[in-house]
Amino acid sequence: MTLDLESLKYSREHEWVSVDDDDVAAVGITDYAQEQLGDVVYVDLPETGSHVTQHEKFGEIESVKSVSDLFSPIGGEVMEVNLALEDGPEGVNEEPYGSGWMLKIKMDDRRELDSLLSQAEYTSLLAESEQV
Amino acid sequence: MSELRRTPLFSRHVSARARTVDFAGWDMPVQYPTGTLAEHRAVREGAGIFDVSHMGRIMVDGSGAGRFLDLLVTSNLMTLAIGRARYGLMCSEDGGILDDVVTLRLEAGSYTLVCNAASWDRVTDWVAIHARTVRDVTITPRRDETAMIAVQGPSAGDALRTGCAIDVDGLRRFAVSNERMQDERPEGDVYLEVSRTGYTGEDGYELIVEAAAATAVWDRLVNDGGAVRCGLGARDTLRLEAGLSLYGQDIDTTTTPLEAGLDRFVDLTGDFIGSDALRRQSNEGVTRRLVGFSVEGRSAPRRGYEIRAPRIDDVIGTVTSGGPSPTLGTGIGLGYLRIEHTAPGTEIEVDIRGEPTRGEVVSIPFYQREA
Repeated sequence: MTLDLESLKYSREHEWVSVDDDDVAAVGITDYAQEQLGDVVYVDLPETGSHVTQHEKFGEIESVKSVSDLFSPIGGEVMEVNLALEDGPEGVNEEPYGSGWMLKIKMDDRRELDSLLSQAEYTSLLAESEQV
Repeated sequence: MSELRRTPLFSRHVSARARTVDFAGWDMPVQYPTGTLAEHRAVREGAGIFDVSHMGRIMVDGSGAGRFLDLLVTSNLMTLAIGRARYGLMCSEDGGILDDVVTLRLEAGSYTLVCNAASWDRVTDWVAIHARTVRDVTITPRRDETAMIAVQGPSAGDALRTGCAIDVDGLRRFAVSNERMQDERPEGDVYLEVSRTGYTGEDGYELIVEAAAATAVWDRLVNDGGAVRCGLGARDTLRLEAGLSLYGQDIDTTTTPLEAGLDRFVDLTGDFIGSDALRRQSNEGVTRRLVGFSVEGRSAPRRGYEIRAPRIDDVIGTVTSGGPSPTLGTGIGLGYLRIEHTAPGTEIEVDIRGEPTRGEVVSIPFYQREA
């Protein structure tokens, strides 16, 4: 799975969303986020069939140095969970936009995408935070 | 952001694309692009190289230097032989730990005191104040004039031999010697103080070298010696597996060496600052002690989490350091527990973000290299 980064939507919490035609969104964390975390050792994800809400916590990601909450950039029903991360959490570091994806979510409301950032907006958000 | 200090090796960290962080006011590499786990493994299996120039170095010279240091440090430094190094604590009168230090003795009246980066101001002040009360001691802070490099791992000696043409295999653990690295720099050869010491639980060496020669030594150890660049991230996971306390985290002014389980570095028969308080504490017995513990499951304990006694639901301590152990594959930690819960094998429960997680007290080090 290789994604065109331009086509993605981004949250301020450093998650990305990739939407296909069936209102199903793939979700993961950005390259910036994985770099900040360092080596990921464990990803705690919700179960298939559970419901996640936009901007609310859906799991935890643990790296060697810290643990962080994961926030869903979009609300909906969890259709699929990336089980490969169970034994291979390093996928998040190696391919954050590919094999490191986390959830596939059947979106409740496509309009929630409107509040997310484009790639250009996300890139300038990162540039701003670098300057602080 | 206030101006961060840079070590003489900073340019090397930038060119190696290290990610740096503010560590005690220093802009230090936390990891290089390969990441903390790979760096950790390099030290356990081969050789890793760390810039530890942010640590403090103070020269203490004169005929009274040994006696003076013995007064300031909990271990017996009167018996420290020439060419040896010894770990110890600096305490205040009440026995609280001001810093943990390594004392190197290179010549009869010439010692180097190595302290923590964050403790620099406090330790230099403390040493200077007490030096006024004694004769025949000269104090020379030497942090900014020198750099310090740690080469750690089973192949550390090979890295020094191949990289710097220095043979240090004959140096015993905690021995120190002056070495010379031949170099084609216009300034000529490089002189190094080499000690067989470290903070990783692995065999290894620490080098003190004049600041101007630091990059020459670093480049040769990396390029010719094959040492893998390691950041503070790996330094922390390695020292935790080795059960070594971190000042400011596991030990500080509110804890004593006896509470921290550092009894073997305290000469209770001697007179040093804090010795009366520690003798009293030793006689009365400590009420809490720093122990190692491991937990079940995949979530690791982290600093600040509460530790409880199972079933009783009674808080018996707090995690001071914790994280996943790359070598063991489990979550490990250090923390002060009430003394009745400190025996290895004692069941505990760590509150991992609201999730009571089973664990047990284990003896430290968590990881010990094969002799």
